Amino acid sequence: MSGDKLTVRGVNKIYSRDRDQIVLALEDASLSIQEGEFVSLIGPSGCGKSTLLDLVAGLTTPDSGEILLAGQSIVGQRGKVSYMPQSDVLFPWCTVVDNVIIPLRLQRVPLAEARAEARALLPTFGLEKFATSYPYMLSGGMKQRAAFLRTYLCKKDVMLLDEPFGKLDALTRMQMQGWLLDIWQRFKHSVLFVTHDVDEAILLSDRIFLMSSSPGRILVEMKIPLPRPRHPRMVTEKTFIELKRELMDWLETGVFGIAER
Amino acid sequence: MKSWRNIARGDWNTFLLPTSTLLGVLIIWEVVVKITAIEKWLLPAPSAILKALWSVKELIWQHSLQTMQETFLGLALAVVVGVTIATAIDWSETLKKAVYPLIIASQTIPIIAVAPLLIIWFGYGLLPKVLVVALVCFFPISVNLIDGYRLVEPDMLRLMSAMGAERWQIFRMVKLPAAMPFFFSGLRIAGTYSVMGAIIGEWLGASRGLGIFMTRSSQSFLTDRVFAIIIVITILSLAIFLLVEGLAKLTMPWHDQRK
Repeated sequence: MSGDKLTVRGVNKIYSRDRDQIVLALEDASLSIQEGEFVSLIGPSGCGKSTLLDLVAGLTTPDSGEILLAGQSIVGQRGKVSYMPQSDVLFPWCTVVDNVIIPLRLQRVPLAEARAEARALLPTFGLEKFATSYPYMLSGGMKQRAAFLRTYLCKKDVMLLDEPFGKLDALTRMQMQGWLLDIWQRFKHSVLFVTHDVDEAILLSDRIFLMSSSPGRILVEMKIPLPRPRHPRMVTEKTFIELKRELMDWLETGVFGIAER
Repeated sequence: MKSWRNIARGDWNTFLLPTSTLLGVLIIWEVVVKITAIEKWLLPAPSAILKALWSVKELIWQHSLQTMQETFLGLALAVVVGVTIATAIDWSETLKKAVYPLIIASQTIPIIAVAPLLIIWFGYGLLPKVLVVALVCFFPISVNLIDGYRLVEPDMLRLMSAMGAERWQIFRMVKLPAAMPFFFSGLRIAGTYSVMGAIIGEWLGASRGLGIFMTRSSQSFLTDRVFAIIIVITILSLAIFLLVEGLAKLTMPWHDQRK
């Protein structure tokens, strides 16, 4: 499978809390993302979704297994992929523009040039009115947009999004999902999206990997054949409901069943 | 901090209430002194204090200039030393273990005991006073800044790491600005202590300054003058406090409005 943009193969990650207590956070996890593909990881909390993202982002290293970006190993290497954490993590002392250009500043792009580039993108991200606002002036949705623009300006081929809408209220989340679909349709990044929301995973993804916890394992891979471009209203369509039922079945037998035992 | 903002907004309660309390105390003081006809060298009436303040205003101004000079130089030195220590300690875990407990322990040494040594080593000039001020002031700056560096949100550090930031970039772009409010808390405390440090330095030996003027006045039983000097010291300390507040607002326009 040389066409893969990102490949995770046979990855194990062990956390040792104490000397005698060992937690297997990830067991033989494998997945791949094609160029321009939107892939979701879904599973209960503590199933190792975030651990997997951390490994790809280079924040931690696996105990065994490979992580390849376009065929090259990126184990333990930071700054190779774009990464968006769960909360917006905007810096309160920077304006919106100065927040989103942080990845550019890290790559030593001159300030004026970086700001000009960000300003040109603000309308696309619905932030043109907030260029010089401080984060505390923004609503939750706006903060996520700014955080997403910052992630976009990392300018890497693969984007890791860690439950970006997890902390938003249901209506704002729906709105942001529609917005993300539009943006993705335009830029076609390869995305690895972590969520625990079934609807969100189906609506956004080309493929879904379902994970179970303790040990963190990838149970099943599901293709989502819904046509693109997609729209949040598709959650009411028959195909969508069928897919959701299939995913729920997997969740009940695979995830919850194991958890009960 | 909050009360001063409220004044600007016209919330007079926060300003008016303490002022009227103070005024009430002064009136009672005045009346009691008048009724009991207490001796002036023992307890002068507020009106007598104001009169004394007015009559020696030029002398007080001269001495204040000296004290202010010591205070500002000492405070500046304290900022440089305090920031350097805090940053070095944040940079190296070993250094932290080696130095931090000693810095805390050093604060149990009474400054009044160290000051005579400084006089022995550096004479009666400006330097020992500046050093006393710096010794009093570096501690709150250092300790607050160390906390500020340490309490940066871990998510911010993680994000910067994930974006491939180097250590000094993380320091400059995240740790330093995140620790600014803590630095200013420390500076606020240091500022209110600074004038006191200069006065203590002057008590032990000086030719000019509010401290020595106060010693002389009290030795001559010019109690009204002593009170007048106390008023000036209070005003100076408040002025420095307000200066720090203004500086904080200027440097951190984002901080004040957060929640």
